[in-house]
Amino acid sequence: MASSAPSAPQHPTTGARTVRDAVVIGGNRIPFARANGKYADASNQDMLTAALDGLVARFGLQGERIGAVAAGAVLKHSRDFNLVREAVLGTALDPATPAYDVQMACATGMEAIGSLANKIKLGQLDSAIGGGVDTTSDAPIAVSEGLRRVLLEFSRARSGKQRLAALSKFRPKDLAPNAPGTGEPRTGLSMGEHQALTTAAWGITREAQDELALASHQNLAAAYDRHFFDDLITEYRGLSRDNNLRADTTLEKLGTLKPVFGKDLGSKATMTAGNSTPLTDGASAVLLGSEEYARQHDLPMLANFVDFEAGAVDFVHGREGLLMAPAYAVPRLLERNGLTLQDFDFYEIHEAFAGTVLSTLAAWEDEDFCRNKLGLDAALGPIDRSRLNVAGSSLAAGHPFAATGGRIVATLAKLLHEKGSGRGLISVCAAGGQGVVAILEAR
Amino acid sequence: MTNRYQKLVSAGPAKEVAKRLGLPRPAELRRYRPSEPLVPGPVLVLGSGASAEPVSEQLLAWGLDVYRHQPQGRRLGAVIVAYDDVSHPGDLADAALELGPAVRQLAPSGRVITVSRPARAGDAPAVAAARRGVEGLLRSLARELRGGATGNGILLAEGVGAGAPSALAALRFLLSGRSAYVDGQFLSVGSENGAAPEDWDRPLAGRVAVVTGAARGIGAAIARVLARDGAKIVAVDVPAAGGALTSVANEVRGTALQLDITRADAGHLILEHALERHGGLDIVVHNAGITRDKLLVNMDEARWKSVLAVNIESQLRMNEAFLGAGRDGLRIVSLASTSGIAGNRGQTNYAASKAGVMGMVEASAADFAAIGGGINAVAPGFIETDMTAKVPVPTRAVARLLMPSLMQGGLPVDVAEAIAFLASDAAAGINGETLRVCGQSLIGR
Repeated sequence: MASSAPSAPQHPTTGARTVRDAVVIGGNRIPFARANGKYADASNQDMLTAALDGLVARFGLQGERIGAVAAGAVLKHSRDFNLVREAVLGTALDPATPAYDVQMACATGMEAIGSLANKIKLGQLDSAIGGGVDTTSDAPIAVSEGLRRVLLEFSRARSGKQRLAALSKFRPKDLAPNAPGTGEPRTGLSMGEHQALTTAAWGITREAQDELALASHQNLAAAYDRHFFDDLITEYRGLSRDNNLRADTTLEKLGTLKPVFGKDLGSKATMTAGNSTPLTDGASAVLLGSEEYARQHDLPMLANFVDFEAGAVDFVHGREGLLMAPAYAVPRLLERNGLTLQDFDFYEIHEAFAGTVLSTLAAWEDEDFCRNKLGLDAALGPIDRSRLNVAGSSLAAGHPFAATGGRIVATLAKLLHEKGSGRGLISVCAAGGQGVVAILEAR
Repeated sequence: MTNRYQKLVSAGPAKEVAKRLGLPRPAELRRYRPSEPLVPGPVLVLGSGASAEPVSEQLLAWGLDVYRHQPQGRRLGAVIVAYDDVSHPGDLADAALELGPAVRQLAPSGRVITVSRPARAGDAPAVAAARRGVEGLLRSLARELRGGATGNGILLAEGVGAGAPSALAALRFLLSGRSAYVDGQFLSVGSENGAAPEDWDRPLAGRVAVVTGAARGIGAAIARVLARDGAKIVAVDVPAAGGALTSVANEVRGTALQLDITRADAGHLILEHALERHGGLDIVVHNAGITRDKLLVNMDEARWKSVLAVNIESQLRMNEAFLGAGRDGLRIVSLASTSGIAGNRGQTNYAASKAGVMGMVEASAADFAAIGGGINAVAPGFIETDMTAKVPVPTRAVARLLMPSLMQGGLPVDVAEAIAFLASDAAAGINGETLRVCGQSLIGR
C-alpha cells in the first residue's frame, strides 16, 4: 500500500491518462416497423444481430475484436439475460468481443453509447459499439403473480402433501397472463396520459403538434429520397424503409384524427395517433472509436461524441411532467461545455410525442420556468426551428424504445459530417421521469 | 445444384434407359478447387506450329506430363493443337487426323485446346481459309466431346507469341476446372501485356475489387470467387437488397456499399469508398442487371427504360468516372448475355442492353489500354440461379439439356471463374473481348 503523502508525485505508470476524443464512425439500423407487422416474428436477439451484422458489413469488421458492445432492450424476456452477448455471438464479429446489457428505458441507447464514449475517452477502449433494440410484437408475457407464487412454492415442495398444498392455492383468475404495458408503475398512468397533462399545462395546440408531425414525415421522406440513409440503414425482412413513414400525409389528414390521450380534457384534448409515436419494432447500432482506431482501420470519422448528461424529475408527486427531464439536463450540459442553447447547428429532440418536443421548447423559452425551475438568470430562449429534426424523427420513423438513441446519434453524426462543421444537441426523454441529453461535434 | 434429371440419368437403371434411348446424359463437370491438379492426366501436344515449343515448356514448368505423340494406354488430361502455322486448308489435316484417336483417350472433363491465329481481312485467301478452318473444326469437335470434356481455342494476334503472359494464362484457365462451362469458345490474346501471378491459386492477392449486384445469384458467386482468389471485395447492391448484401460482404470479409448504380454519382461514390476504405481500386465487375421481359408489342416505357438504365447506361457513366479518375491498371469485366448475341424472344430491351455491353467493351478497350488496364465482357448462357428458376419448366429443360453441348445449365460459379480470370493481371493482353460461358449453347457463334 502506498504510504506517501497525498501531495507526493504519482507513480508514472499509474498516472491519470489524458482524455482523448471519442469519435462516431458510423451507424446502422434496420428499418423500424410498426408493431405486429413485418417483424412480428423477430425476436430482440434476431433484430439486434441483424443491426450489428449490417454494421460489420458496412465497415468490414468481420473477425474484429471490438472493445465492447453495449446495448439493451426495454421490453425483455427473462431468457434474454445476456441479450447483447448472445447477439454478438451470432454476428461476424470476433467471438472474443465482450458485450453487456444496459437498460434505461427509452434512453437505453443514449446511455449505452455515452458510457462507451467515456471509456474511449479514458483510453479504456479503442473501439466500441453501442445501440439498442426493442420489440413490442414479440413482447415477454409473464404468468400472473398468483400463478408465479404457486409454481415457485410447488417447485420448493419436497413431499406430495406439500405439493398438493401448493397447488390448492391456485385460483382460476391466476391463468390471466401479464403483458407489459407502458403505464408508469407509480402513477398507473400511461406515458401518453402523462404527456397529455404536460401538453395541456404548456398550452401546446393541436395545430402545432400536427405541424411538427408533418415536418417529421416530410423530413424523413426527403432524407430517404436524397439517399441519406443508404449508409445508415440495412434492409431487413423485406423492409427497406420505416413503414410508419407517411410521405404523403398532410395537415388535413392529421387534423381528422381523433384524440387518443387526455380524453378527459374534453375539447382540449390534442394528442392523436398522428402526433404520438406508435409502438414499433427495430434495432440500431453505432460504431465508436478513438481517432487512432479510425485512422488505423481507414474508417470515416463523422463526429466527436463530446459529452452527455442524464436528468430525472419528480413526476410522481406531480411536480413535473413525466417526459420533462431533458429540459433540466440540457442547461447543466450547456453550462459544463460553455455553450448556449443557440450554439447548435442541429437539434435532435426525440419525438415521443409532438407535445413532448413542444413542451420542452416552450419551457426553455419561458422566463419563469428557466428562473424558478432551472435556476437560471434568464430564459434559454428559442431555437431555430429549421434546425430541428431535419432528417425526421420518431413521429415518422417510429420509436422502438432502446433503438432510438442509436438512430439519433448516427443520423446527427452524419448530418454534422455532411455540413463539415458545427455541433448538434440530442435530447431523449424516458420513462420513469428520466432523460439523457448529449452534444456531438462535426469532424 | 445438379438438377434432378442429371442425377437420375447418372446412375442406376435410368442410366441404361437413357443411354439406349440416346437421351442426353449430362456429366458432372470438373470444377476448380485450389491445389487440385490442373488437368486430370498427361497432356498431348500436337501440330507443327511455333507455339508447340513454348507451350510444352510451360506445361512442363507447371509440373505436367507432356507428350508430343500419343502415349499408349493412358487417359489424356488434355490435347493441345498448335495450329498457328497453317497457311492453307490442307495444313489442317495432319494434326486433325492425329487428334481423332487422341480424343478417344480423353479423360472425363478433359480438354482440347487449339492455338492459332485469327483470320484477318488482309490475309491471303488460303491463309484466312485455314485460320477460319481451325474455328470450324474446333467448334464442331467441341460438340462431339462427351463426359464433361470441352474444346476451346486461343487466338494469338499477329506478333504475339504463345509464350505471352496472357496466352499462357488463357491456356491455364482453359485447362483448369475454372473453365468448366466454357465450351466451343475462342479467347483472343491481343498483346504481350500482363504478368503471371506469384501464386496461381491467389492471382488477385492484394487487389481491391468492386462487384455490383453482389447480394445474390451470379454477383454473390463473383464476390466469393474473387475473394477466394485473394481480392478485397467491395460488395455493391441497392439498399433494398441490403440484408442479403450484408451476408455476402460478411462471408467474403469485404465491405458492403449500398448504392443504386443508376445514380449520376455512382462511379464517384464507388471510387470514394474503395480508395478511402481500401486504399485502391483495381477491378470493377459490372454485374448488376435486371430483366423486365415482354414482347415488344406489349413493351411499356418503364420496362424498356429501366432495363437500359441499369444494364448499360449506368456502366457507361461509371466507366467515364473511372477513366476520369485515372486509376492506372484498372480492369473492368462487364456482364453481357447470350441473349445479346443471338436474341431472345421477349427480351428486346434486355438484349439491346447486353449487346450494348459488348459494343461498349470493344469501343472502350483502347481507353482502358491507355491507362494500363483493360475491359472485357462475359456472356453467360443458361445459368442456374433464382432468376432462371422462374423460367417455365419446359423452356428451362430445353435451355438446360438440349441447347448446350454440355447438356446442362451452368452454375453462377462458372461465370464467376471466367470473370476472375479476365480481372487478373495475367489477362492484361486480353482486351475488348467477350467470353461466352454457355456450355456451347446452340445459339449464335
